[in-house]
Amino acid sequence: MADPVISIRGLRKSYGEFEAVRGIDLDVQAGEVFAFLGPNGAGKTTTVEILEGYRKRSGGEVSVLGEDPQHGDRGWRERIGIVLQSCRLDPYLTVRESLGLYAGYYRAPRPVDEVIELVGLGGKADARARGLSGGQQRRLDVGMALIGDPELLFLDEPTTGFDPSARRQAWETIAGLRDLGKTVFLTTHYMDEAQRLADRVTIISRGEVVASGTPDDLGDRESLPTTISYRLGGEEVSVETTDPVADLHELTGRAVERKLELEGLEVTRPNLEDVYLSLTSEGEDE
Amino acid sequence: MSGFALFAHQFRYDQKAFWRNPASVFFTVMFPVVLLLIFATVFGDQTVEVRGGIKTTAYYVPAIITLAVISATMQSLAMSLVIAREDGRLKRGRGTPMPAWVFIAGRVGNSAVVALLMLGLLAVIGRVLYGVAIPWSQMPEIVFTLLVGAAAFCCLGIALTAAIPSQDAAAPIVNALLLPLYFLSGVFIPDDQLPDGVIHFADIFPIRHFFEAFFDVYDPGSAGGGLQWGNLAVVALWGVAGLLLAIRFFRWTPRGG
Repeated sequence: MADPVISIRGLRKSYGEFEAVRGIDLDVQAGEVFAFLGPNGAGKTTTVEILEGYRKRSGGEVSVLGEDPQHGDRGWRERIGIVLQSCRLDPYLTVRESLGLYAGYYRAPRPVDEVIELVGLGGKADARARGLSGGQQRRLDVGMALIGDPELLFLDEPTTGFDPSARRQAWETIAGLRDLGKTVFLTTHYMDEAQRLADRVTIISRGEVVASGTPDDLGDRESLPTTISYRLGGEEVSVETTDPVADLHELTGRAVERKLELEGLEVTRPNLEDVYLSLTSEGEDE
Repeated sequence: MSGFALFAHQFRYDQKAFWRNPASVFFTVMFPVVLLLIFATVFGDQTVEVRGGIKTTAYYVPAIITLAVISATMQSLAMSLVIAREDGRLKRGRGTPMPAWVFIAGRVGNSAVVALLMLGLLAVIGRVLYGVAIPWSQMPEIVFTLLVGAAAFCCLGIALTAAIPSQDAAAPIVNALLLPLYFLSGVFIPDDQLPDGVIHFADIFPIRHFFEAFFDVYDPGSAGGGLQWGNLAVVALWGVAGLLLAIRFFRWTPRGG
């Protein structure tokens, strides 16, 4: 098997007394969209900034594209693209100029017009950044990270603060990156974002990994209880069960027998949101 | 791209962004012009007791060019770098293969070019409106003095960003430093009207020395028009101090949030 694009072993980062990252291990393989999920303050941004070479770690081993990001040189920077959590654009440059400026930093950039199409800003190429909507600015952010044609792209909370339609647009752009064969390291605190975009998800809480897997089998979702709920005589009833088929059979059998109406009968599997909340809320109730 | 091509590339975009920004054009270009017009209109017919008496306008043309150079370098750089830093734009730039020096050189080059343009613009306004001769024979000394000042005040502007915590704080901090020194250094008020104590105080800082060096090459008069090495050395020392502070304390990542 090929070497992982990102490999982290025992990563630690302290700020004075405070340990923001407390021994993280993870691997990201080439071509996958990897979601790094956690609540605010869980250590996501600290970790991603260590991977991007912005911060020094306190301990552990980190390899990104075969190099230690702390000593990443120009050649290494040519191979990665970074979309920061919050970054404005130069308000007085147009979409084409912002991309043109960044294209000049790389040895073999993608053509500017190609990137404009890729991020769906074809109609806005000559608009200044200040005149773009939030969603369009974010897509230009992504375009500036793609201009050097990187192998690996970091996206730090790419849709935080977006309205639903801007989020959807951003998701389409990110989903398109997979088709380009890029490896994507995505941090987010939105479960639905990870579910929608990622091949694999790692959840961290308080600087430690609490779960890891594909969005479907994360946190051993299969073994968690199913909820059966209905209304009977105006009263809400909700039952958790690990054997939903048999219990449902018994419930509906009895209801039919006694001619009872089970209003609003619903069977719900725990969704990823539930798993996420149960995993990250442990010991977080201060 | 080679180092120089990369610098030229960065410089070209910095120029575009500068000239399209109404705030930078107003404060760096228009404001000194307006100041010169105001001072010349209000005090135009008087004489200043400097070097046995010269016309007020002959005093204010080099004085306001001095201000314009400091404005195009220290003031403009400190403000625009803090804004770009807090926007996250400096951090994003550091995430690309662009070497740090290219970015800084682009901004410094932009400031130097604007400072030279202001020399031309204010000299022409002084000549056309107020008959203040443009000292053509002094041009090498004038440009040299201006560039020494521009370099020093660029370093000071970059160093100053480390003391500015937010975008909102940029203008108040820069103005609180510069405005009093313009008054005390004789840029706004002719120095024959300033008490000696004030001048001695102003002598600690580089604005006074840059003004004296520039005034003497722009208006040769009794001083003879030679380069004022003593004054230039003080300006350069301040510049070196600024450079060392900038290397030590300049940051690319936002301080707020």
